[in-house]
Amino acid sequence: MSSTFDTVANIIAETCDIPRDTIKPESHAIEDLGIDSLDFLDIAFAIDKAFGIKLPLEQWTQEVNDGKATTEQYFVLQNLCTRIDGLVAAKGA
Amino acid sequence: MRIEYFQLIDRIVDLDTSAWTIDVEAVVPLESTIFEGHFPGQPLMPGVLLIESMAQTAGWLVIALNRFERMPFLAAVKEAKLRTFVLPGTTLRITAKLLHDGSGYAITKATITADGKPICDAEITFRVMLFPEKSMRHAMEETAARIGFPMQALADG
Repeated sequence: MSSTFDTVANIIAETCDIPRDTIKPESHAIEDLGIDSLDFLDIAFAIDKAFGIKLPLEQWTQEVNDGKATTEQYFVLQNLCTRIDGLVAAKGA
Repeated sequence: MRIEYFQLIDRIVDLDTSAWTIDVEAVVPLESTIFEGHFPGQPLMPGVLLIESMAQTAGWLVIALNRFERMPFLAAVKEAKLRTFVLPGTTLRITAKLLHDGSGYAITKATITADGKPICDAEITFRVMLFPEKSMRHAMEETAARIGFPMQALADG
């Protein structure tokens, strides 16, 4: 978890020019860090590459739009990292 | 190439859905109203249109890989380098490769050459979405037929 968070936080810091020490596990990527959807594509690309996965952004967006999920479930970083860990585990299964 | 209509691709030369690559040809017209302003007495193909031609080329690749079910919309152009002037009448060879097939987005790398010499290149990102209207998909299919899109490649892929 901590290494996943460090990797993701470093990606966000580098991609969006956000000071690394302001990026916390409880940070909401959109509401707290101000990352817009276009910047998040860059982040998703870097995460996909770093972890060898494919973040299901379309599915997440659809679930949020349909009211079946909240943005916190996917875009609070500790939640995002949990989902990344799950995708990595599923890939290796 | 019909610049005024944003029809910048003349012909698909090769489409390889396994290798995620496309190769197209585009001939810069000898005359266009655009050259009257860019520039008076010194006609040059505008760099933004060279970038657009790369985006259209990469876009056809993304459409092919999505089997005409989804449409790519230009989202970002990175590291665009315009290496030399392009004059009216120049035959361009434009190639693109898909670097990453993301969820709802695609990252591509495109390059233009003329007579084997590099003209420009860029990394181009698209949002990839369902066609907003059936008529748009139909229009793209008509354009595909005009530029020799190899539908058989989709059947084989």
